[in-house]
Amino acid sequence: MKVLVPVKRVVDYNVKIRVKADQTGVETANVKMSMNPFDEIAVEQAVRMKEAGQADEVIAVSIGPQQSQETIRTALAMGADRGILVQHDGEIQPLAVAKLLKAIVDAEGPGIVLCGKQAIDDDANQTAQMLSALLGWSQATFVSKLEIGDGEATATREVDGGLETIKVKLPAVCSVDLRLNEPRYASLPNIMKAKKKPIDMKTPADFGVDPTPRLTTVKVVEPPPRQAGVKVADVAELVSKLRNEAKVIS
Amino acid sequence: MSNLVIAEHDGAEIKPHTLNTIAAAQAAGGDIHVAVIGSGCQAAADAAAKIAGVSKVLMVDSAEYENQMAEAVAPAIVKLADGYSTIFAPANTFGKNVMPRVAALMDIQQLSEVSAVLGEKTYERPIYAGNAIATVKSSEPTDIVTVRMTSFEPVAAEGGSASIETVSGTGAQDLSSFVGQSVVSSDRPELTSAKIVISGGRGMQNGENFGMLEKVADKLGAAVGASRAAVDAGFVPNDYQVGQTGKVVAPDLYIAVGISGAIQHLAGMKDSKVIVAINKDDEAPIFQVADYGLVADLFDAVPALEKELG
Repeated sequence: MKVLVPVKRVVDYNVKIRVKADQTGVETANVKMSMNPFDEIAVEQAVRMKEAGQADEVIAVSIGPQQSQETIRTALAMGADRGILVQHDGEIQPLAVAKLLKAIVDAEGPGIVLCGKQAIDDDANQTAQMLSALLGWSQATFVSKLEIGDGEATATREVDGGLETIKVKLPAVCSVDLRLNEPRYASLPNIMKAKKKPIDMKTPADFGVDPTPRLTTVKVVEPPPRQAGVKVADVAELVSKLRNEAKVIS
Repeated sequence: MSNLVIAEHDGAEIKPHTLNTIAAAQAAGGDIHVAVIGSGCQAAADAAAKIAGVSKVLMVDSAEYENQMAEAVAPAIVKLADGYSTIFAPANTFGKNVMPRVAALMDIQQLSEVSAVLGEKTYERPIYAGNAIATVKSSEPTDIVTVRMTSFEPVAAEGGSASIETVSGTGAQDLSSFVGQSVVSSDRPELTSAKIVISGGRGMQNGENFGMLEKVADKLGAAVGASRAAVDAGFVPNDYQVGQTGKVVAPDLYIAVGISGAIQHLAGMKDSKVIVAINKDDEAPIFQVADYGLVADLFDAVPALEKELG
């Protein structure tokens, strides 16, 4: 079966972000961008499925500006077979992303879609569940273990109380959590090979999807800073301050 | 104008996060109705009817909602959604799992992890791990909102006397099924609602050393948490994780032990009222958010702390 993996280009997780002075958003010019870390885990899982003979082809899809090709190349260097870029400049929100992915799923017919559980820029945590709903498929979210069976998959989910195991009928949409695997680093030969792998260029109009945001960002500000604290000399002073100054323990 | 709150419950009881979610609905103004969707959930519906400020409970009690599978619960919410200006659910793994499915079925763009309800379809929500706060205005006919629980004080669980209306189920689904769960039961308070949290990081070195934190926790009536590094290293289970991708906590007192203070960890705890950091590296970023910092070897400091607490 085919595996489809959506990958998003985001501000690198190591970058300390800066809010724009005009409060319209977060500065992304001249900032290091990389693949959303959760999407890397999804790509890794898809490539492992291929290596284990459970998948025939891994397709990486990105929706975003021209530079999102680099994100797709990263997935190709990790072992994905080909890419699709739906080119769109400007903001696009999860529902529109899910609609575009649905159109691609309809065209490609994958047996499973592996998504990162959330993107570390908008922290929305919506796309996988929305795609699953639009397709009328099963969903397994926040997955830390995935076993592909005959016509179904068994997924372990990271939930608030611990772990939950469910069975989902295939085809399914899964959103992956941190502990599913450790993504590989692409080797230099694979990075070179990735440059020759095909990337299909599309636009939202090709799929008849309106990418206009439904939510308007009024402003973006920095959170209120915490006041600088004090260093205490020892445990006795710490406990004394917590008792008498902060009054948070008795 | 009226709001629908999707209750998180186990059939017998309403989960505390529902009370924070109702507080967010109160901030929006208008009537508050609570949906209790489950299998054998009469007791939970009765409990929901007693919550302060709730005027009506909609109970959908049918076998297909056992284990709260998203594929079953989402259509039930869609069925109830008609006429509401806003639908609220907690932004925990329950709400995060089911609400985007509801939103897509209704062709609505959801608002995730809302931290303030400003009125006139306008909301605040943290983005970039809480390093920026966005004010967002919706243009949807019904707003679908998941609520950052720590940003809203819970309403009282008692004091209301709402009517209960029974609604029929939406039918069985065969897309997914529940196999089992491993839930660790503990006598300590739940991480996201505890008044005091003590968390360990990579500096704890192994899982056994978390026993030191547990001893302190027992003296303080605290919950025990962990950084992602400690969870990834296998010291403690995933449900301990505090951070952008784990749990968000905002206790009166947060004690970070052997935690360096990565951005993604700070995202989960920096709204705590008082933060204490114990770390032997005096350059650790955690000290930049700590009200009280103690530069010390945790293997000396934590036993000393336990002793000092008496």
